[in-house]
This record gives sequence, C-alpha cells and structure tokens, in this order.
Amino acid sequence: MTDKKGYFGGFGGCFVPEVLIPALKELSKAYGDARKDKKFIKELDLLLHHYAGRPTPLYFAKRFSQTLGSNTRVYLKREDLAHTGAHKINNTLGQVLLAKRMGKKRIIAETGAGQHGVATATAAAMLGFPCEVYMGEEDIERQALNVFLMKLLGAKVISVVSGSRTLKDAINEAMRDWVTNVRTTYYVIGSVVGPEPYPRMVRDFQSVIGKETKRQIVQAEGRLPDYLVACIGGGSNSIGLFHPFYKTKVKFIGVEAAGLGVNSHKHAVTLGKGRVGVLHGSKSYVLEDKFGQINIAHSISAGLDYPGVGPEHSFYKNTKRAKYVSITDKEAVNAFKMLSEIEGIIPALEPSHALAWVKKFAHKLFKNKIIIVCLSGRGDKDVDIIAGYESNKRKI
Amino acid sequence: MNRIKEKFNLLKANNKKAFITFITAGDPSLSVTERLVLEMDRHGADVVELGVPFSDPTADGPRIQASSMRSLKAHTTLPKILNLVKKIRKKSNIPLVLMTYYNPVYAYGIKKFAGDAARAGVDGLIVPDLPPEEAEELIKESRRFNLANIFLLAPTSTKERIKKVMQKGSGFIYYVSLTGVTGERKTIPPDLYKKLKEIKSLTRKPVAVGFGVSRAAQIKSILKKADGVIVGSALVGIIEKNLNRKALYKEFNKKIDLFFKIIHKK
Ligand SMILES: Cc1ncc(COP(=O)(O)O)c(C=O)c1O
Repeated sequence: MTDKKGYFGGFGGCFVPEVLIPALKELSKAYGDARKDKKFIKELDLLLHHYAGRPTPLYFAKRFSQTLGSNTRVYLKREDLAHTGAHKINNTLGQVLLAKRMGKKRIIAETGAGQHGVATATAAAMLGFPCEVYMGEEDIERQALNVFLMKLLGAKVISVVSGSRTLKDAINEAMRDWVTNVRTTYYVIGSVVGPEPYPRMVRDFQSVIGKETKRQIVQAEGRLPDYLVACIGGGSNSIGLFHPFYKTKVKFIGVEAAGLGVNSHKHAVTLGKGRVGVLHGSKSYVLEDKFGQINIAHSISAGLDYPGVGPEHSFYKNTKRAKYVSITDKEAVNAFKMLSEIEGIIPALEPSHALAWVKKFAHKLFKNKIIIVCLSGRGDKDVDIIAGYESNKRKI
Repeated sequence: MNRIKEKFNLLKANNKKAFITFITAGDPSLSVTERLVLEMDRHGADVVELGVPFSDPTADGPRIQASSMRSLKAHTTLPKILNLVKKIRKKSNIPLVLMTYYNPVYAYGIKKFAGDAARAGVDGLIVPDLPPEEAEELIKESRRFNLANIFLLAPTSTKERIKKVMQKGSGFIYYVSLTGVTGERKTIPPDLYKKLKEIKSLTRKPVAVGFGVSRAAQIKSILKKADGVIVGSALVGIIEKNLNRKALYKEFNKKIDLFFKIIHKK
C-alpha cells in the first residue's frame, strides 16, 4: 500500500526542511533493515511480552453488551492493561529499540494526553537513554498525573507555550529540536503522523493490536467480527487494530472527537470536516481556514485534540475502506461513566468516544453482530477532568 | 529575464556579493511592510524575501515565530500579500522572493498561485518544507511563469542531495548555515567552509547563506566563499523592538546601512 515515496494513494509523503531529509532516509533504511532482522524482532517480541504484558486480553463485555440489546456482542481489546496503561507502549518500545540500534544518544518526543510521553519515558528509562518530552502548557495543566509520572521516570518535560499550547504545538517544538540536534537525537513520534517513514513504521508497531485481536476473536467466537471501532487522534490505535483486517470484510469505524459539536468550531473532526493539506510533514486531511492556516482543535480528551490525522486514514476515507464518525465531549463523558459503573473498567476519555458511538448506534445498526472496540487506555489520567466537568455542569 | 538572475549576473560582473533581506509580510501591517521594502531598495538591498506567515512555522526560531503571529493577528493572507507585491512593483524593481510554508500555497492552489504570484511581480519562491522530491507540480507551474524555485541545502546534505537540488533549483541556492531553526547566532558553524566549497565545486549557480547570520565578522568570512548572505531575524528584531514607534524606519534603515557597508564596501 505504501509506494516508494511513502504515499498511501496520494496521502503522506515527506514535507520537511532539507536538514531532516538525510535523517529520514537514514531512519527509513534502518527501519527497513530492522524489520528483516530476526534478532531485532525477537528482542521486541520479548519486551512486548515480559515487559509490556502482551498479549492484552480481548474481553467480552457482557453487561455493556446487554444494555445495547439486539443480541450484540461487544468485545474490548484491553490496551488499558498494557504497561503504562495505553497502546502507546507498543510503538515506543519499537522505536526506542530502533534508536539504540541506530546508535542515537538522546530521545525526544511530543505528547498530548501524556500517554505517549509516559510510554516514551518508560522505554527510554529501560533502554538507558536521556529523554525530553515536549508538551503543550494547556495539556500539562489538564494531564498533571502523567507529567508527574514522566518526571518520576527520569524524563524532562518541556512546556510548550507557542500557538494553541496543545499537541500540534508540541510536535512543532519537537521538530525544531530535532532539526537542531538531528545528528545525535532520535525523535519518537507518537502516532501514525509525520513524514515518511513514520506513518507506516508506527502502524507496523501498533499492528500487534490487530494481529492479537484476530487470533483472539477467532478463538472466542470461531469467526471474524463484524465491526472494529476505535477512536482517532492521530490514528495509531485505530490503524493498529484495523490494518491486519484490511483484506477482510470486517467494517472499520473511526471515531473522531466532536468536542462541543461539529458545527461549533470547537471540535477535532479532521476527517469529517477537514480539507486536504500539509501539516507536520505529510499530506492528509487537516482542520484549516481557507487560507491554509491550521485551526485549533478542541476535545475534552487531550489525546484526540489534534487538527491533523495520519495519511493512511485519509486514504481509507477516500477509498471508503473505513467510515469516520464523531462523538461529542458530553457523549464521551457519559460513556466513560457507564463503562466504569457496569463493567468495572475505567476507560480513558479517548476510547470513551468509541464506546459512546457503539452505545449510541447499536440499536440502529446491529443485530446479532460482533463488535470489537479498542479500549486504547485506562482512565486514571482523566479523573480530574471528569470531576471538573461534573462540577462545571452543576454551576450551569 | 528573471529579476533574480539579472541581479546576480550584474553583481557578478561587478565582482560584488548579494545582500538579501528577509522580513515577514504583514508584520505589524502590510502598509509598514510596503514602506520597509521600498526603504530596503533605496538603502541598497539586492533581493528582498517576504515571509508568508503560517500558523505552524516549524523551521523558525522564536523571533520569526512571533513575527508570523503578529502578522496573522493583523489578518494577513496570501492573496493580500500578492496585492502588496503588486503595489510595490509600481514603485520598485527590486527582486522579490516569497518565502512560504507549503500549506498556504497548497490551499491557494498551486497552479493558480504560480500564475497570480508571477503576475503580481514575484520573482522567486522558497518553500522550506517542500524538498525537490515533493515539488514537481510547483516546479512545473513556476517554470511556465518564469518564477525561480529556490531550494535549500543544509550541513547534513549529502553529495547526492546537493546534485539533486542543483538540478531542480533556479535563482540561487539557499544554504542553511547550521542544523537548526532561524535566529541569530554568535559564531559560524565549523563545517561551513568545507560544505560551501563542496557545493561550489558542484555548481555555477549562486549560493547564498542564511540562518543565524547577523554579525559583521561572520558575514565577512562567509562572503569569502559564498555569493551572498541572507539576513532575517536581525531585521525582524528591529521591527519587534519598534512596534508602534515612529523610530521604526530610522532604526531599520540604520541597520540596513550597516549591513550594506559590511557587504558592499570592502
Ligand atoms: C488512551 C489513548 N487513546 C487514543 C489516543 C489517540 O491517539 P491515536 O489516535 O494515535 O491512537 C491517545 C493519545 O494520546 C491515548 O492516550
């Protein structure tokens, strides 16, 4: 699906300053070699198993399914049970191991919700790298727990005060660092975004989600599911789940964050409402004004609050391989509470969007169907936001 | 002939180097930019680069980032900048280059942009996040309208890259002096001469050096090897210090005169 230049049918590419081109070529080559190296693959597999706790369970959510009626069977892919509490570790272990192989001396990353920052700091600590994480000032405030965790893990958290002070600006700042320190530094991008080879490399590392799921559902149900549902920030947990099913008939649903509503201008519905543009090194859908200035996205969930999206999703959208929908802050919060109360699982706000979509449309769409939702992370980081949301509601 | 080419030919015939300036269009307003360009022309700049502000300027340091934000706050857009160029063209024949990230151009429409820019009087384009591999359409349209495509080379560029950029680029080669973002630096990176020598051995196109350039000693030694220097952050700094002050033009011209002296008087 990726041609030589790193395109997914017209989306993707490598739109970066000249300084970075040799580094990206080097990375592309190093990654190409690593994926063919049995020793590298084995080392990563062992880490994923003994260190990150893979395979993660595929859990049949019986009580959640019962509330939907129509004999719908919902399974949750429990990425929340992976080490550090989200799918992000799958990617960071892969990339930091690659950095070691390439002889790099220093790790940098951007982070939105802080999950990718924590996962990078974790991998860097375990493999012995100094690590610096760029994080928007606004995200530092709303994800204080993860900031503290990163510091405990020995990483330095750098507050980004430019632009919207969220994920997009953290990526800008990380890219500026990389441009400056490119010879010694490895930049661990946290989603399937950025210039070639990042989108396909991060996809490959996250595909472990879908590969395990395929095995597990066949074991549990004797067949493939009807639907795969996942939330979309940059698009890594969703692509990781979807990609191994690409050639099957299984339907893909990507759930974007509608924030205060798709017509409110305070949302992150990049695929649903955006236009094709170039941001952070690749061509894909973006939220922008008519002059090509990038808009500020909004979502209650810091991990979905991004005005871009991975190029492979743009390709899935245009070829209709996946369907992209959206869920508001309020609907996500309700799903967050519901799952906590009836399944004893406190989900992160990001996958709460995916759950909310299933909850909202199950009675219309599904009869006797098997649905798998990627529960991309746990909700500990979000309890302050939920508490704040509740008390705000009371004030109004 | 393209004004940039003409200018470099003229400089070369007179054994002179190019004094290239950069400011962000619309910082703090388009009318100020208009006057500043005319002043630069009068005070001896050879080529002027106008920055098109972008919301996410990943190749820029804090000073030009702030300048872009001021310009965007003043509602500067690419169509308005083309209008400004039209106005300037009525009064000045100085070679004008637009320096813009790719997304504003992409949103405008590449074909339409090349035509409109050329008709307005733009002579060349620098798109820092558009390497030659991704630039095929822009190059094709630019050629039709005699716009120069100025590509960047960096300290990390390999010989193979240098050759590629030579092949695709026109106008001049923009050598980025360091691995880093825009902004003033005190010293010259140690590998600069070696790299310039390598580049000059592979091309007869003019090579100008930018990023981090602002000091007299720096400029003098760069010009031993290069055909020109590009001064940006130092000028944007003058604008920043004199926002809403009448002294802006006087201070700005003083700085231009100073650079002119360093570059053109031996
Ligand atoms: C738990 C969780 N889910 C989802 C996301 C969104 O990212 P992506 O779309 O790349 O999976 C994040 C990002 O921080 C996250 O922390």
